[in-house]
Amino acid sequence: MKNRKRLMENAIHGIFLILGLITVGCVLLITVYLVISGIPAIHKIGILNFFFGKKWASTAVQPQYGIFPFILTSIYGTAGAIVAGVPIGFMTAVYLSKIAPPKVKNVMEAAVSLLAGIPSVVYGLVGMMVLVPGIRIVFQIPDGASLFAAIIVLAIMILPSIIKVSLTALEAVPKEYEDASLALGATPVETYFRVSVPAAKSGIAAAAALGVGRAVGEAMAIMMVAGNAPNMPKVFQSVRFLTTAVASEMSYAADGSLQKQALFSIALVLFLFIMMINAALNFFLKHSKE
Amino acid sequence: MKKFITLITIVSLVSAVMTGCGKEDSGTVSTDGSTSMEKVIGALGEAFEENNSGVTFTYNPAGSGSGITAVAEGRCDIGLSSRNLKDEEKAQGLTETVLALDGIAVIVNPDNPVNDLDLETLGKVYMGEITNWKDIGGNDLEIVLIGREAGSGTREGFESITGTEDACRYRQELTSTGDVITTVAGNPAAIGYASLASVKETVKTLLAGGIVPTEETVKDGSYVVQRPFVLVTKSSTELSETAQKFFDYITSPEADEIISSAGAVPVN
Repeated sequence: MKNRKRLMENAIHGIFLILGLITVGCVLLITVYLVISGIPAIHKIGILNFFFGKKWASTAVQPQYGIFPFILTSIYGTAGAIVAGVPIGFMTAVYLSKIAPPKVKNVMEAAVSLLAGIPSVVYGLVGMMVLVPGIRIVFQIPDGASLFAAIIVLAIMILPSIIKVSLTALEAVPKEYEDASLALGATPVETYFRVSVPAAKSGIAAAAALGVGRAVGEAMAIMMVAGNAPNMPKVFQSVRFLTTAVASEMSYAADGSLQKQALFSIALVLFLFIMMINAALNFFLKHSKE
Repeated sequence: MKKFITLITIVSLVSAVMTGCGKEDSGTVSTDGSTSMEKVIGALGEAFEENNSGVTFTYNPAGSGSGITAVAEGRCDIGLSSRNLKDEEKAQGLTETVLALDGIAVIVNPDNPVNDLDLETLGKVYMGEITNWKDIGGNDLEIVLIGREAGSGTREGFESITGTEDACRYRQELTSTGDVITTVAGNPAAIGYASLASVKETVKTLLAGGIVPTEETVKDGSYVVQRPFVLVTKSSTELSETAQKFFDYITSPEADEIISSAGAVPVN
């Protein structure tokens, strides 16, 4: 009986191990594949030319593969989305966790969850039909598809994750802290910003890092609003991100061509970007636990 | 134990991958490729399925490049390309058969008063030598150039016809015909190009040097902005019985009516 039980235990352990290995295997497979297929083109083009070249003309007679505009665009776009999205998301989280009456809170939380569930292609479609013509008319420019449009779409897309993670962090602040502050005569608003927020700051930093991760990796929605011309980034200029550079040319790139290999190299760069962001996220989360 | 489990995982993964690659039995025809050919090949596939009960037709709209790769790797029976094969692709043992011709329509917003652009002016517009609509008979608006992504068959066709290879100053490079039409329909200063078969009423089609793009003008060559729809097959391997039947059917005069009702111009 005891033996059978142990056998059963071992079998279940084995099954769990296999399930866990599937995930690890996928990560390894993707990493190895990306590195193997991404390195050759960087080598052929030259590290300096690839990373700091300012011109991307992959199908020209004399092709040029400089991804500097894409790197800058991804950094600017993500930074813009964070600058616009984090304050809004953070304030919403403070309101929801501390000030909102329960009924309002329930409705708003449901709305936030719904926002998180909208597919990115829908964001892109709405952006293309409403936001892009809107920007064109409001700012009196010839065409609205621009870095600015992409930043707005990204800022809205990262709101749910920022709100949810910040909310969890704020709600984890022990009530005693706030009670003590209030008992000492601080007003509720002073208490939220001087006590609750500092106590939850690593969680809020994690929320921002999560937002960065989502914004850097988004392709579909911004492909529809950013214009995709490989220009150096300017606010009202049509731009191409690292993600959209891969997505827009992959389907037509001939197999084995330097163009396709260079697209894999871009994917590798993007992958490294996201790895770094994940490392930062882990760092913040670890600190928030301590 | 650990090694054994890893081995099992690898074996099962590999076998899963292998079965996915297996060539399909006769009774099915799989096509893969150009998104511009969706309407034409879809209509042909439907008609073929109707005439031959029990036969399954599949079409994967992956783009000309992917379609050509899929044939070369034996992942589908017939590849669809909206451009002629390149020499290096022919060297891989691929054969091309022109199925039909497709006019590329030059489209503007319906509010734009311009009706006709000849090829030379069109080239100048796309190369950024003419930047305002008022210079070519339109309103005082900066011209917004809408194009397709690098590698698109429509873009290659358009640029080679207008002699603007690698010189177009695109404001937007979009990844589908539908996106181009939507964008042009939403911006009074935009000009774009799209497959003649998929142009909708939300945009205005321009004449090229006084020639209206129609089936007749594409076929007789007087409307010059046009490209071929190509069937790609592997020279070394024979098509399955069903696929060969499908190939013969769509290249026969019987299919002409279906091709033209789908908006392209049959060549047979």
